[in-house]
Amino acid sequence: MAVAQENARAEGRSFSPFWTIARRDSLAGFLFIAPQLVGIIAFVLIPLGLVFWYSLHEWNVLANTFTYTGGQNYRMLIEDESLLEVLGATAIFSAGLVILNMSLALLLAVLLNQKLAGIAIFRTLFFSPVVVSLVAWTIVWGFLLQKNGGINGMLLMLGIEGPNWLREETTAMISVIVVQVFKNVGLNMILFLAALQGVPKELYEAARIDGAPAFKQFRRITLPLISPTILLTSIITIVGSLQVFAQIAVLTQGGPGLSTTVLVYYLYQQAFQFHFFGYGSTLSILLFAIVAILTFAQWQMRKRIVFYES
Amino acid sequence: MKAELSPRTRTALYGLMCVLLIPFVFPTWWMVTSSIKPISDIFAFPPQLIPQSYDWTTYSKVFELQPFVRQYWNSAYIAALVTVGTMVVSSMAGYAFARIRFPYANTIFMIVLLGLLIPSEVTIVPLFQMFLKAGMVNTHWPLILVPIFGAPSVFATFVMRQFFVTLPAELEEAARVDGLGRFKIFAKIALPLAKPALASVAIFTFLHSWNLFLEPIVFLSSAEMFTLPQALTQYTDAYGGPMWNIQLAAATLTALPVLIVFVIAQKQFVEGLAHTGLKG
Repeated sequence: MAVAQENARAEGRSFSPFWTIARRDSLAGFLFIAPQLVGIIAFVLIPLGLVFWYSLHEWNVLANTFTYTGGQNYRMLIEDESLLEVLGATAIFSAGLVILNMSLALLLAVLLNQKLAGIAIFRTLFFSPVVVSLVAWTIVWGFLLQKNGGINGMLLMLGIEGPNWLREETTAMISVIVVQVFKNVGLNMILFLAALQGVPKELYEAARIDGAPAFKQFRRITLPLISPTILLTSIITIVGSLQVFAQIAVLTQGGPGLSTTVLVYYLYQQAFQFHFFGYGSTLSILLFAIVAILTFAQWQMRKRIVFYES
Repeated sequence: MKAELSPRTRTALYGLMCVLLIPFVFPTWWMVTSSIKPISDIFAFPPQLIPQSYDWTTYSKVFELQPFVRQYWNSAYIAALVTVGTMVVSSMAGYAFARIRFPYANTIFMIVLLGLLIPSEVTIVPLFQMFLKAGMVNTHWPLILVPIFGAPSVFATFVMRQFFVTLPAELEEAARVDGLGRFKIFAKIALPLAKPALASVAIFTFLHSWNLFLEPIVFLSSAEMFTLPQALTQYTDAYGGPMWNIQLAAATLTALPVLIVFVIAQKQFVEGLAHTGLKG
């Protein structure tokens, strides 16, 4: 019964002059993407417009005033001396994170690509911090990095007196970078490993017959062939590094001084701790501009640096 | 590079990997073992790699000081909803972008991809104001709706699209000849083939929701509404200093279940994430 009805409907549709296959497909396409498109409009595009609108206003939450001030927040941006320090900290954090993350990920991927018994166990263990809750991971490291914590305890057994890691400017920055690298390097490691396994083995054999040493093989064969993966992971890692918030909030609260106050943390403080929503919005625009420029620059570099087979 | 390794090289490689493993594995070990040490032992010198005595009362304090069961449930149900919701939204959108011809498809795809460029931190101020006006601050709605429909799901849509593009066209043509409509082709033919891509979408969506920190502390203000990451930081003494043993116990309870699931299903995790269409 139901089948017969269904067939009748299907036939009816295919003979209907208006509902051609192309029209039906268009309708289906729009319905399929509707939830995502509406979501992007409501939760990305409209907020992006609003954040720009807010950035042109002075917004006093306590007095409940919202006054148009034109470019005043942007002038404040330029004159804000703390912001220079914040941008410096953000640059050091992101650069340190990306360099350390990418090189460690590549090293681990090369190691895991060797033919060794039990290599899968190593792969699992190196990857495991990725699935450990971020704040749990950060809390343990905060505990380890205390003045009298586990790391200094072990250093003391070797006769070294360790610093108060999270309370001194240089070591605080190193600490937040390192904690983040060990947390997430497993992701890039896995992506690199998949890329390494995609390099045709014949290439290495040919190179060996020609007598090319291992290092040269790596530079001339491996690196060019996995360069698309390197590019993509570096974009993701840089954008990700600009979003780091929880680690800073838990480990250092941006301190000592402003030494680990990265842009997102500063934005959070201005908007949600001091209730400067107008200036916070201006900082959001700045963050957006930085992400957009970096992504665009890396995408342009692709043409020059990345090797494509075709 | 693929030649048989000499025994000496092999030993050196194992040695190197074991040393490199320390910062990856030791923190988890230290978290679990320190959480069961008596408070007097957690900063003991020399450090006790293996606890010498046990104090389980720390774990009962985790539940006494905060509504931890409730907070656990909050995190779990939000992550589950977000994961399932993202799988539905992104597989449908990804399928349409990959396989259906409709007007402005490319333009719309570019607009959607903008979500990748705009980290949620950029829009947190207006999102907060929008949800404030809607009366949804200190509810879980922002943590559910924004990830499923907003920027975080765009990456999932991209992954699904990259997968559906690779499906052979003949499969769908055969189904069309049989009179199947678009939705049935999607649900009965394309989706079952997309299990690996869906699995990786599920894994990274779950982890993303489970780790969310900025959004909960912006949107939530009462302890019963908190999610786990936020709750972990709330075990502090009268001076605002962390109660380390209790924080570590709560952290252990948060981290261990996911770790155990990972160890059981690690092949799917690792291989799923390796095949997210990120290979360029």
